Amino acid sequence: MQSSKSRIALALLLVLIFGAAAYIYYDVSQNNALSLGLDLEGGVYVLLEAETQAGEEVTRDALERARAIIQNRVDELGTREPEITIEGNDRIRVAIPGVQDQEQVLDLVGQTALLEFMAAREIDGEPYLETLITGDALEEANVRFDERNRAYVAITLNDEGGQIMQEFSSNNVGEILYIMLDGNPISTPIIEEPVGKNAAISGNFSDQDAAELALLLRSGALPVPLVARETRAIGPRLGQDSLSKSLVAGMIGAALILVFMIIFYKGFGMAASIALVAYMTIVLFGLKITDSTLTLPGIAGLILGLGMAVDANIIIFERIKEEINNGRALRIAIETGFNRAIVTILDANITTLIAAGVLYWFGTGTIRGFAVTLTMSIVGSMITAVIITRWMLRLMVDNKVFKTTKSIGRA
Amino acid sequence: MINIEIIKHRKKFYIISAIIFLVGIFSLTFLNLNLGIDFSSGTVLEIDVQGDFTTGQIRELIDDVGLTQEPVIRVLGDGELVQIRTENLTMDMRQELLDAIRVEYPDLIMEKADQVDPVFGKELAQQAIIALILAAVLMVIYISWRFEFKFAISAILALIHDSLFVLAIFAIARIEINSEFIAAILLIVGYSINDTIVIFDRIRENMKKKKRGEALEELVNTSLQQTMRRSINTSATTLLAVGALLFLGGETLRIFSLALFLGILAGTYSSIFFASPIWLDWKLRAEKK
Repeated sequence: MQSSKSRIALALLLVLIFGAAAYIYYDVSQNNALSLGLDLEGGVYVLLEAETQAGEEVTRDALERARAIIQNRVDELGTREPEITIEGNDRIRVAIPGVQDQEQVLDLVGQTALLEFMAAREIDGEPYLETLITGDALEEANVRFDERNRAYVAITLNDEGGQIMQEFSSNNVGEILYIMLDGNPISTPIIEEPVGKNAAISGNFSDQDAAELALLLRSGALPVPLVARETRAIGPRLGQDSLSKSLVAGMIGAALILVFMIIFYKGFGMAASIALVAYMTIVLFGLKITDSTLTLPGIAGLILGLGMAVDANIIIFERIKEEINNGRALRIAIETGFNRAIVTILDANITTLIAAGVLYWFGTGTIRGFAVTLTMSIVGSMITAVIITRWMLRLMVDNKVFKTTKSIGRA
Repeated sequence: MINIEIIKHRKKFYIISAIIFLVGIFSLTFLNLNLGIDFSSGTVLEIDVQGDFTTGQIRELIDDVGLTQEPVIRVLGDGELVQIRTENLTMDMRQELLDAIRVEYPDLIMEKADQVDPVFGKELAQQAIIALILAAVLMVIYISWRFEFKFAISAILALIHDSLFVLAIFAIARIEINSEFIAAILLIVGYSINDTIVIFDRIRENMKKKKRGEALEELVNTSLQQTMRRSINTSATTLLAVGALLFLGGETLRIFSLALFLGILAGTYSSIFFASPIWLDWKLRAEKK
């Protein structure tokens, strides 16, 4: 009776482990349950920083609007889940996964141009351009058609900008207004009549020219000049290549570990191998639940975690061997071996967790992702070794899968 | 249990560790690490030019772009990719450079573009050093609480030992280090401390049942022997995993896994032959007083 109960328990445990493993494998491979980092999927990452003159402050509002403008540009690409976030007081982080053409996207994000409306002035006979208003005063720029169906660009300024423009245009009819993007003239209309908040730029525009100018005005209207401090662009081919190579390395590494454990610890090694399957399952579940992004260093952390996960098993098995050498029966050796080993495993792993915690705290980007997988590896390996391996060994002894102390290998 | 006398020969092992410390400090002071753009700033472009090329041809094409720093041009992979490493380029400069190559290779695909500003490289290195110091302090606190202060300091010395070993090899071999290298060093720290604690745990346990008159040397040696099989097996399984990554993981992970591989070797060595003997001698000296 006792034996049939524990047989069912063992069978249930195995079904549970392999069932969960099969489910998570299916989920990850078929449903793309894990999101891949830019380094694996390919994508563009840019860290922009507001460049201000000494003494100038970047306002939160200006930064927010710059963010919105970049968001608009990126949205036009139609890529999945672009992330554009404000970081700190003067930075904008742009991460766009799944990009096919790295060059195009970098250009798009990189057009961090500054739009200025300027007027030609003269000081002591020296001509120079004076900034009247900057892009942040521009509220709208659209293509319109006049009664003769000629395209023109209608612009709307905010109140302040409108006032400046009104003053300027009333006094300077016949003069040229320089519209500059990053110091380059994109349009140089002549003032034909005084204008205010609403103005029209007309000329010999084709429809497309007008549309282009309107777009440039709209998207060029960054309220603060931004420079790219850090850029990372990975092509999808390179990312895919890294992903498949590291997965192959992981599988071969895991296979080698399994072979090693079975050669060294015989039947117990088998149990450890099953526990390793449980470990991988737990870690993958953990990554899925926390919605973590899998990066290349993250995968490396997982593979290293494989090696460290069996460490807990090795500590336990060596302890059990010692108990057996002290003349204890197998079942008792397992229990005492476990109890002794748990203290060791806890102390050793908590110190490693401290390192992982600091890594998470201080790291950014890929290093942070790596800290998450490392933490999960450590926690996962403790759970599997202390709980799952223990159950399995107990049940295997109860079911006479392991009959003698020889099933742990050479003592 | 593996019967080897470690404690008796500890002076010899001290010499080995002393050499590692000296070479490590020397190479870091005089050789400088070969810092990648993550730390030193610059731009790295990897371009699939979709055709045959030599580095000389590429160099000629980009000669007129007006780079202030002589670009380093390498062939990557199976001769499909060209890597160009140069100064911190603005967006426009990068575009100009690509256009220059496009004259000869109109179908080129930009596979990778990394650009880091000098300020950011410094920030990253500072972050790493602060993280390491903070991790060390926290670990000293934890180990002092669970074990004793002498164990904590011996373990941290072993960590410095292992990090110096890896840094020295990277400095001497002029291997370029990137931001993942920091993660590798931190991981080595985690692994090495783990390895050391398992042995210290056994010493702590044996100290509790220490018989009167039993020499401390004997006790530490027995503890090392008892944990030896575990130390070897664990580093074997971990090296199998990291080895697979090193040889099969592809170019991107090579530096990372190489650092790990070396660090695990050093970590295993230091926890057996360095940390425990150091603790023993410190303890013996304290007892004499």
